[in-house]
Amino acid sequence: MELLNILLQGVLVGGLYAMFAAGLALIFGVMRLINIAHGDFIVLAAYLSLIATEGLGLGPLTSLVIVVPLMGVVGYALQRGLLNATLGKDLLPSLLVTFGLSIIIQNGLLQVFTADSHKLSAGAIEVATIKLAEGLWVGVLPLVQFAVAVAVIAGLHLLFYRTALGRAFRATSDDPTVAQLMGLDNRKVFAWAMAISMGVVAVAGVFFAIRANFDPSIGPARLLFGFEAVIIGGLGSLWGTLAGGIILGVAQAIGAHIDPGWQLLAGHFAFLLLLLLRPQGLFPKVFG
Amino acid sequence: MAEPLLDVRALDAHYGDFQALFGVSMRVGAGQVVSVIGANGAGKSTLMKCIAGLIRSRRDAILFNGAEVGDVPAYDMVARGVALVPEGRRLFGSLTVEENLLIGGQHGRPGPWSLARVFDLFPILRERRNVAAPSLSGGQQQMVAIGRALMANPDLLLCDEISLGLAPAVVREIYARLPDITASGMALMIVEQDIVQALAAAQQVYCLQEGRVVLEGSAASLTRERIAAAYFGVRSAQGSHHGAA
Repeated sequence: MELLNILLQGVLVGGLYAMFAAGLALIFGVMRLINIAHGDFIVLAAYLSLIATEGLGLGPLTSLVIVVPLMGVVGYALQRGLLNATLGKDLLPSLLVTFGLSIIIQNGLLQVFTADSHKLSAGAIEVATIKLAEGLWVGVLPLVQFAVAVAVIAGLHLLFYRTALGRAFRATSDDPTVAQLMGLDNRKVFAWAMAISMGVVAVAGVFFAIRANFDPSIGPARLLFGFEAVIIGGLGSLWGTLAGGIILGVAQAIGAHIDPGWQLLAGHFAFLLLLLLRPQGLFPKVFG
Repeated sequence: MAEPLLDVRALDAHYGDFQALFGVSMRVGAGQVVSVIGANGAGKSTLMKCIAGLIRSRRDAILFNGAEVGDVPAYDMVARGVALVPEGRRLFGSLTVEENLLIGGQHGRPGPWSLARVFDLFPILRERRNVAAPSLSGGQQQMVAIGRALMANPDLLLCDEISLGLAPAVVREIYARLPDITASGMALMIVEQDIVQALAAAQQVYCLQEGRVVLEGSAASLTRERIAAAYFGVRSAQGSHHGAA
């Protein structure tokens, strides 16, 4: 029963990692951009939610109504105003620029919010549990978080394969030159992709901030978890990110059970092991 | 010719330091079929890319429907009524046949061409509509590429080397469909290395050589000897010399 409990906790945390990963996978898939500031945007979303909860008296989950569109606008503007100029055959300019953004966001948050750590309070739902079996309890919040992660990934999948915008994403990813012949302006297509990625980041950031303490410096570690989940799942596969997130979450849960100091290390080991055994990832099907 | 649909005026084109087109001028009337022939590297594809907006040029070098469009980007030329069937077909590999066609119409204009109409033109595509584009045969892929361009309901359809890499029977089959396309009043510009196909389909022929128009005339008026001379850069009957030779 104890093992089952560990696995269950790991799977549920994996949903959060999958949300970290889905936004990364989406923009890499569409425009071959690796956003080094991804983790810092997760933290930025957490702070935006903090402002909304403290300033407007909203609950953190309700604050998503504001934070998701706001982050979407930030993503669109960022892509149009800055990141589009870094795209090309060479990956280096976008890596350098997003690395710079990462530093700017961390220090900006430090300036405004200090280094104090915060946590979003979701109220009674945080401690509510459901009894699954004798000796096996599951928290309502982790369950909700996992359900939202599955819904987000399913939603992205539908968007990609059932809508005109998703068609435009895949076509532009396949062949940006010919996509222009279809009347698609690459710069706008990429901006929409970044807007959606940032919307997912907002959801991930708020759930993360309910779960754990956050301060301006913790973004890069979230980026690492997201990266690991993307690579395990297979670059560019949306459902793969869920599998990758779950594997990472379970490995960390098992590691933490053996010794609390091993939690992160076990996740990294699982990542390296999978990279050795299956460098192309579990589901290497790339959308585009 | 009254106000032509397409009026190319002394168009130059460059790839970095390399100049690919030198003062090319040509006209295409509404509903007309024009062939552009020439050897490899003569500038045929470059000319099409300029008209489609993939290569920007001097603003007044290209007039389309009376408007100066030389510097208009490709994604805006679609809405103005120009569609290109690119060399090598270049279908979207992660899209199905139907999705490839739909995306062609996504930002196009209203008009007679629809999914159903393209499927009527190339019935095999209706059967294979849910198949991923790369799993089609070369000829079927070319049909999708043409259908994708038609979906935008252009006034001018640019076809770049549609016979390239296809079996002669398939080429004949595709060319046999062209009258159905032009019947709706759409103008056609065909770039070909296959002179026989190009001459048979066209009313007007332009021959490019090393980035310059070296011969033009109605398809009926041009003899094979004159075309061969222009095509291969052999000294022409008038005895004029080509500077770069």
